[in-house]
Amino acid sequence: MLEIKEISKTFNPGTANAKIALDKLSLSVKDGDFITIIGANGAGKSTLFNAIAGDFTTDEGKITLDGEDITLMPAHKRAKSIGRLFQDPMRGSAPGMSIEENLALAAGNGEWLSRISKRDKDEFRSRLSLLDMGLEDRMNQPVGLLSGGQRQALTLVMATYNPPKLLLLDEHTAALDPATAEKVLKLTSETVGVNSLTCLMITHNMQSALDLGNRTVMMDAGKIILDIEGENRKGITVNDLLEQFKLASGKALTNDRMLLS
Amino acid sequence: MDLNSILNLGENALQLGLISSLTVLALFLSYSMLNVCDLSTDGCFTLGATVGAAVAISGHPLLSIPAAMLAGVLSGFVTALLQTKMGVDSLLAGIIVNTGLYSVNIAVMGNSSLLNMNTTETVFTSLKSLLSGTPLEQHNVLIVSLIAVALVVIFLSIFLKTKLGLAIRATGNNPDMVRSSSINPAFTTIIGLCVSNSFTGLSGCLLAQSQKSVNIDIGTGMVTIALASLLIGGVFVSKGKIPAKAVGVVLGSIVFRVVYTVALRFDMPASMLKLVSSVIVVIAISGPYLKSRYPEFKRQLTHKRSKEAA
Repeated sequence: MLEIKEISKTFNPGTANAKIALDKLSLSVKDGDFITIIGANGAGKSTLFNAIAGDFTTDEGKITLDGEDITLMPAHKRAKSIGRLFQDPMRGSAPGMSIEENLALAAGNGEWLSRISKRDKDEFRSRLSLLDMGLEDRMNQPVGLLSGGQRQALTLVMATYNPPKLLLLDEHTAALDPATAEKVLKLTSETVGVNSLTCLMITHNMQSALDLGNRTVMMDAGKIILDIEGENRKGITVNDLLEQFKLASGKALTNDRMLLS
Repeated sequence: MDLNSILNLGENALQLGLISSLTVLALFLSYSMLNVCDLSTDGCFTLGATVGAAVAISGHPLLSIPAAMLAGVLSGFVTALLQTKMGVDSLLAGIIVNTGLYSVNIAVMGNSSLLNMNTTETVFTSLKSLLSGTPLEQHNVLIVSLIAVALVVIFLSIFLKTKLGLAIRATGNNPDMVRSSSINPAFTTIIGLCVSNSFTGLSGCLLAQSQKSVNIDIGTGMVTIALASLLIGGVFVSKGKIPAKAVGVVLGSIVFRVVYTVALRFDMPASMLKLVSSVIVVIAISGPYLKSRYPEFKRQLTHKRSKEAA
């Protein structure tokens, strides 16, 4: 459903700071895939997401989503079919507006001049109650009052309100405390499961990279160097993964945030 | 000074406060909601005044209002286009448009820097002749400005709750989130500035017609005066829903004019208005910052003292 064909991106081309962030990267994602992505700092994981979401246009290559060529499509148009969560819980919602108003924008119902209806509110309430965080009783409070975990959970509801064709999770639990991170991760798996979403997730946690999803991809220097799925992925341990990374890239995996256990 | 002249002065201040509150409401939309400090306000205010005056002088007093608002929309559109599509910084875009509008305004006034409307039929004189014989006759300016302000406050209260209004507010709050809601923040910025500048144009049009003349300096310093009123209004109504905040903004503008009128009675020269508004803006913006720095300052002081003691 998502076809990435040999995309490349060089930042600051022609200068001393030129950096090849994506190097003829190709990836074919099947409908319903849940792919976890791991790699060292600067491997190009987030750049790959930015390229898919349309934050910049790639220098070469082609991206198609569900048969539609989105290579040159602007980010806000791609957002119709691509939901996204960032590491920073503050990025996904507007702090000065109420929970209800944030959800209304994410829902995107109605005409430009339509207002939030009673039916919308009931729907928001039932969606929020699934989070089990009591947010359904605080719908008129500004989002800025919520904790990081609550905001990330809200962002999850917003990003998947109209189930997107593709969900991009960029270390979306990394800034949360362990208990909250676990809860948000559980909510994520449930949401992905219920809506059978196709999902790409960047993580620094090697164990959850293996526990979650059906396929694991490793990146290094703007390329995919390892792609494990199906039989090959069963029973694999973190140590196996590190060993395979070393074989494929010729160096040990280093990531200052990586959790090896 | 007798009661009558006090009432007269009060009504004057109220009229002026109401008419300029339209510009304050424009900044409420662009500055508080969209998070754009629109420095084209001065020029746009004058544009509304000159276009309104020119249309009224040509014999269409009622048409002068939509004409002035439309001129404001155009000015806002150019400012927004510069900052969203042409890579001009938003402050600079306002300054550039403001400068350009000076020539436009002179041209609208027929290459003169002053238009006189002493014998012109304006929206105010139209209403006055309509009300002639009734006790309301003398309050024509107040009535027109009250209606205009009420309409704009009602419009904003409704508009900012629509999907488009929410998107405009979110653009000032978190443009990333607007993009992920499949809305182009450039679009919301353009709409927001067009709407806000139409109010600024209306404000200029009404002020010019109420004082029966327009000169090229009529809008000078408006952005600071309006910002001062906006921040004063924020002191009255800092929390609450949008209608309450919009009314607070109007109150801020009236209070500003009343205080200014009182100060004039105590022999403050009229030319001090702009200095006073600058000082108010500085106090309102720097006050909270300096207050937050106070513990640091105290810490430095005690540290120095303990060093001297040692």
